[in-house]
Amino acid sequence: MRVLIALLMALMAVPLAAQGDVPPAPYAYRQLDDPAQEAAAQELMETLRCLKCQSQSIADSDAPMAGDMRHQVRIRIADGEEPEAIRRWLMDRYGDYVSYEPVMSATTWPLFVIPILLVLLAMLIFRRRFRGRT
Amino acid sequence: MSWRLWLPLAIFFGFLGLAGYQLTQPKDDAIKSTMVGKGLPYFMLPPASLDRPGVDSRYFHQGEPKLLNIWASWCLPCIAEAPQLEQLKQEGVEIVGVAIRDKPVDVMRFLTDHGNPYTRIGRDDLSEVQLGIGSSGVPETFVVDGKGVITYQHIGDIRPEHVPILLEELRKAGQ
Repeated sequence: MRVLIALLMALMAVPLAAQGDVPPAPYAYRQLDDPAQEAAAQELMETLRCLKCQSQSIADSDAPMAGDMRHQVRIRIADGEEPEAIRRWLMDRYGDYVSYEPVMSATTWPLFVIPILLVLLAMLIFRRRFRGRT
Repeated sequence: MSWRLWLPLAIFFGFLGLAGYQLTQPKDDAIKSTMVGKGLPYFMLPPASLDRPGVDSRYFHQGEPKLLNIWASWCLPCIAEAPQLEQLKQEGVEIVGVAIRDKPVDVMRFLTDHGNPYTRIGRDDLSEVQLGIGSSGVPETFVVDGKGVITYQHIGDIRPEHVPILLEELRKAGQ
């Protein structure tokens, strides 16, 4: 019985294994030989968003597509490309979405402006309160 | 009592209402490609199957609009869209496939089981073409006009109701 269950479970695992059939991209899990280049690649990868697993960076994710993105980042860095140029290349394809580095744009400016306004408002209220007391 | 006293409570309920409304809205996870309206990047992919040639991006610069279908044999929704691709092929649409992280033996098995609507199938083992055109998953389908410019992106499997939309987009791309 136990063998039967084990066999059944082994069968169920087949579709899961299918996607892992193809080996990962050469530089998905392999670091660059030059430590300085690897550090630059690592720094960039931590600020690029995985497209499959939407709340992880590609440095954190084991999704095959994140591996392919790490491969792109590493070979481009090894090729001498600037990290910001690689980020721009990805943002040209996926928009702001792919970058974890916030930029001020037509849709994001309230995120930067509202906190400043709230602090100013709080200061105003406090000033009036304390002036009234003394 | 001053009306101003009620202001924080009003703001709180306003926020609650907004959050409640957002909860009722369907979640949209799709990441749209910002390559729509731009030219295909240059690429050359080896064949992914034994009976279809690979894909050279220059092929899209020749005349008629085509569909560029990003798929994989390990992708379940790709099975669901197979009949719709077949229908598009029957309508005279040329469909070029790009198989993501796939092996020829698996590609051949998939095509035997679910039909082969493709004239060419390229093998993209490193998702290079997928990343190059801003696609974030399988399946996705791009309309490419006769000059190699992407004019439309369909995210997810093609359901029967999407077929007329794609035909219309192809017609527009052909003008």
